Amino acid sequence: MRDRSSGRGEGVRVRCAVMAMSLAAIMVALWPARVAAQLQVDITAGVTDPIPIAVQPFEGDAAALAQIIAADLGRSGRFIIRPRNEADYLVTGRTAPSASGTSGGALAIGFELQNLLTGQALLKESLSAPAAATRQAAHRVADRIYLRLIGQRSAFATRIAYVIVEGQPPQRRYRLMVADADGAMPRVVLESRRPLMSPAWSPDGRWLAYVSFETRSAAVYVQDLRTAERRAVSRRPGVNGAPAWSPDGTRLALTLSSPTGNLDIYLLDPRDGTLERLTDDPAIDTEPVWSADGRTVFFTSDRAGGPQVYRMAARAGERAQRITFGTPYAARPRLSPDGRLLALVVRDEGGYRIAVQPLAGGERRVLSRGPQDESPAFSPDGGTLIYAARAGGSGTLEAVTIDGLVRYRLQSPGLDAREPSWGPFPPAVP
Amino acid sequence: MGNAVRLSLALLLLVVLPACSSNRAKTPDAAATMTPPAATSEPGVVATPLDPEGVVGAGMAAEPNEGVVDLPPELVDRRVIYFSYDSDTLGPTEIELVAAHARFMSTRTGVRLRLEGHTDERGAREYNIGLGERRAQAVRRALSLNGVADARLTTVSYGEEQPAAMGSDEASLKLNRRVELVYAAQ
Repeated sequence: MRDRSSGRGEGVRVRCAVMAMSLAAIMVALWPARVAAQLQVDITAGVTDPIPIAVQPFEGDAAALAQIIAADLGRSGRFIIRPRNEADYLVTGRTAPSASGTSGGALAIGFELQNLLTGQALLKESLSAPAAATRQAAHRVADRIYLRLIGQRSAFATRIAYVIVEGQPPQRRYRLMVADADGAMPRVVLESRRPLMSPAWSPDGRWLAYVSFETRSAAVYVQDLRTAERRAVSRRPGVNGAPAWSPDGTRLALTLSSPTGNLDIYLLDPRDGTLERLTDDPAIDTEPVWSADGRTVFFTSDRAGGPQVYRMAARAGERAQRITFGTPYAARPRLSPDGRLLALVVRDEGGYRIAVQPLAGGERRVLSRGPQDESPAFSPDGGTLIYAARAGGSGTLEAVTIDGLVRYRLQSPGLDAREPSWGPFPPAVP
Repeated sequence: MGNAVRLSLALLLLVVLPACSSNRAKTPDAAATMTPPAATSEPGVVATPLDPEGVVGAGMAAEPNEGVVDLPPELVDRRVIYFSYDSDTLGPTEIELVAAHARFMSTRTGVRLRLEGHTDERGAREYNIGLGERRAQAVRRALSLNGVADARLTTVSYGEEQPAAMGSDEASLKLNRRVELVYAAQ
């Protein structure tokens, strides 16, 4: 493959490239047969003084590791990837087959982080990963480097779920997708002719709850991501929507409608079907989300006329308290992992945009550009919001750090992507 | 690029491909990989395990046939009721149209009607499910007032999930704020 001088023409080179790609796809990516279009990452804004860092190709047979690490650090906006002679920090590493591997083979990965200005070694670590999980291992390395140099946790080794819509009726297809947080490894976990919406991760990252209209009426399902087993946990007449897992994973808050079409929020135990009504109001009450301690539920209600965000204790009969003011439209609340910030959709002169407001009181800040942004979701480290932006009937996923300094886009050309939901941190590795 | 290289690449492929498939067979989740959708899934819905490699199952089943309803010509192309922005109020024209459908239903006692509420694409999706449900309920009440038994009517709200017109211009948005009347024979 290194002989570039033979000049046998494009056809040969293309064929070889295709073969090489096939091999790479089979051996590295374990790509699904129905290839889901890769999300392309475009960084649209970064900090003014990103840290110059060099990531050397790793020795051994997984040189792609270095590329993944560099892409993670670059996407964070806090780093800029430079050649070694222009960098302040250097990442080096190596891989080798691991003796204690599983049947599929395992890889031992060692890496170092060095301050090039002082010569000081800042990190020297090793980890082992199944061959099929080398991407995940690279993300973990990037997380370690980020923590060491920035002093905050990052979420490179996490996943996102989202919905993609393709085609026109009657060929329209709705696909529930799961991809790595960098948009790589997109996989179809459910495909349907009828709408799929509102994916929600269980706190342990094993299950997705979502709404499917496959029976021509709405139902809430939970699906085991490892086995694809799925079960309708709420299939009542009328609306079954907006599932949200309690922080301990034992209950789902969701929206149901009365026979006259009044939407209220209920708490469901998905194991035994026990149902408790939370809100009781003639308005639309929907889009529930739990506080981290599980004691409070935030939701959207138009009991005051237009939609606004309310909070109430997660027990029937409690009084709801309105917490958004100064906008004619405030909806789809989400809470930061530390419980301090509320992310939501507001309408202002810029259209529908993503904003954050401190729950302790303080000014609301609009973070997105509109005019039709929706579905904000926090990264599990709390530093980034991912949301959907729409234009001309098509959607892209965008991300912005909560300080508003870094923005990037996960684009899937020609596909309508929507409703991103960021999964939890993976379990710690020893 | 020499023939030897091409040959070795091809051989590598031959070696790698079966190795991959046997790998797949060994994984505990492999049985689920190609299985048809679980019992709770309707035709046209395919669930896929996330790990290991997800091979999406075979083609989707055809749509169930809903039966044919012999709508009179003046109603055939008038099975959609439109609404203003953020409104679930029926205008005078819409009230008359609903009454015409109610008269038809009184002559076909075996016919049922599903009312599908929709919104335009602006705003939060689940909140829009609520708005679409309100629109469907407004049409249901109007049909009830015109004598159609509740048992013959069902409502479903798709919110903004099934737009009739793509595009974000006002003309498209207007076409999307609607309730579709979907007849089904008994």
